[in-house]
Amino acid sequence: MGNISRRAMLGATGGLIAGGLLKTQADALTMEEDAVSLQAVQADPTKVLGAPTSVLGQRAPGEQPRRGMGRPAVTASSRTPIEQLQGIITPADLHFERHHAGVPAIDPDRYELLIHGMVDRPMTFTLDDLKRFPAESRLCFVECSGNGGAAYNRNAARDRAPGQIDGLFSTSEWTGVLLSTLLREVGVSRRASWLLAEGGDAALMSRSIPLEKALDDAMIAYGQNGEAIRPAQGYPARLLLPGWEGNAQVKWIRRLEVSDRPSMTREETSKYTDPLADGTARQFSFVIDAKSIITFPAFPNVLPERGWWEITGLAWSGRGLITRVEVSTDGGGTWAPAQLQQPVLSKCATRFRHVWNWDGGEALLMSRAIDETGYVQPDLEALIAARGPGTSYHYNNIRPWRVEAGGRVFFAQGEGA
Amino acid sequence: MRAAPIGLLAATMVVAYGCGPTANRESAAALSGTAEWPGSFAIGHEATPAQIAALDIDFGPDGAGAPPGSGSVAEGKAVYNAKCVACHGLTGREGPNDRLVGREPDDAFPFGESRGTRRTIGNYWPYATTIFDYVKRAMPMALPGSLTDDEVYAVSAYLLFLNEIIPEDAVMNAETLPAVVMPARNRFVPDDRVGGPEVR
Repeated sequence: MGNISRRAMLGATGGLIAGGLLKTQADALTMEEDAVSLQAVQADPTKVLGAPTSVLGQRAPGEQPRRGMGRPAVTASSRTPIEQLQGIITPADLHFERHHAGVPAIDPDRYELLIHGMVDRPMTFTLDDLKRFPAESRLCFVECSGNGGAAYNRNAARDRAPGQIDGLFSTSEWTGVLLSTLLREVGVSRRASWLLAEGGDAALMSRSIPLEKALDDAMIAYGQNGEAIRPAQGYPARLLLPGWEGNAQVKWIRRLEVSDRPSMTREETSKYTDPLADGTARQFSFVIDAKSIITFPAFPNVLPERGWWEITGLAWSGRGLITRVEVSTDGGGTWAPAQLQQPVLSKCATRFRHVWNWDGGEALLMSRAIDETGYVQPDLEALIAARGPGTSYHYNNIRPWRVEAGGRVFFAQGEGA
Repeated sequence: MRAAPIGLLAATMVVAYGCGPTANRESAAALSGTAEWPGSFAIGHEATPAQIAALDIDFGPDGAGAPPGSGSVAEGKAVYNAKCVACHGLTGREGPNDRLVGREPDDAFPFGESRGTRRTIGNYWPYATTIFDYVKRAMPMALPGSLTDDEVYAVSAYLLFLNEIIPEDAVMNAETLPAVVMPARNRFVPDDRVGGPEVR
């Protein structure tokens, strides 16, 4: 969001904090944020006593990232501005949202999780109960399965920033009790094979989850990046299913019913099923296939001069580790391995970097992720060939970016790339 | 679901979705339990039948969990016109929210080929029980959970009638609703993506 022209214009008043080095095409859009971001700073901070301690930290005045969204709505989403973030962690207040009936206000003192059905001992657990069990923390992503829909389009608009394409994707350190620990307490019937997960929101959002996943790495999470889960992410507790589509990771979890068949809720029949070109629809398509997106340079960046630049972005796979990311600057003609930044973790965002000596001419940037199963992120035409142009959800095709000779960068899916 | 009779349907689903009981049970216990863990941590409370009954509202595709009560198409029309029409339109086709009615284009299920066809109950939903389950949970949007079971059966009947799936004199209840065969019932297939080099 750095803004050279504004800094120059207003510099006489004592200078501004600029968020970055690059002029962007979206300056006009950021002007309304100026009341927040353009606070005067000292011309020489070493000659003035600084601010005192405070009970709650604040972002630097010039660093005010915001989620992308339309008008506030209870059945809607907001997007993580992935191009404005470093590393792999999403600050909790920038985690994407997708709600089906708004964010419920739940009293943590009255909260209970009920586990019943095909179990020996149906039980309820308070929030304090959940926190008494052996805990685990893990870093993993949560992604809406509808993420990337703007890229699954041969006529995609050019003026799309990474967050507008893939911002329904966030990564956190989650802390909680493994669901297998709780299921061990209630005693699951040998005939059981599914469980119904139900949230305590106004939609009583519910999904059927295979017991196999519940016993593998599912978690009832109450912590997010070191603090209590935010209300918008499921306070006081949510189901976490590492590597699976976000919708199944039911927020505000209040009930788990162990069963021997799926419940066929609305969210696994009418929604979140993937129609295919052969007249069928894929159901219970939980796993996020490997994908990646370059977050810099991308729209609305402008590269001000030729020379060395670092191409960077995020890659992830719901099936495990990202083992390799390849970057092309010539539209897929040649590919070079990117550097994977540590930590590289299973079912977690992986930051990749690739240095590039831009000659000032046209370029077409692409990244493709490869995971530990050997899956290679496909291009749009390969994915359309496999699923059909009208399919829904799980849009993991390669995202291309056009760098123009003047340095402006645009989303290039609509070029037929 | 309360006191589920385990029918043929349930058995086929376990096979179809490939998620039956597996060795994972034992491996998960080994994963999460350690040598010093007790048989039980004795944390939490046993749930009472009343606690379970208060929350256990799901209506499964086999009819498990179906509450008593019933509703006719005519009764459902009255409920719909009073409580649903503002968001879903006079005939269920107008919106502004989800379109509920329509068999276009002749049950051909072209959704993978283009995004031009709106998904409705009639052309996409595989189970009639999902209507009851969802409406009882979440509708009407501004007053979720406010409909009686009779009203939910009735509005389910009306929506099935508008979609030309049941006749005008039909009555929906715990037996008849699960027995309704939806036009798109056989369109749904298990996820065949498994990782590896093949793009699916």
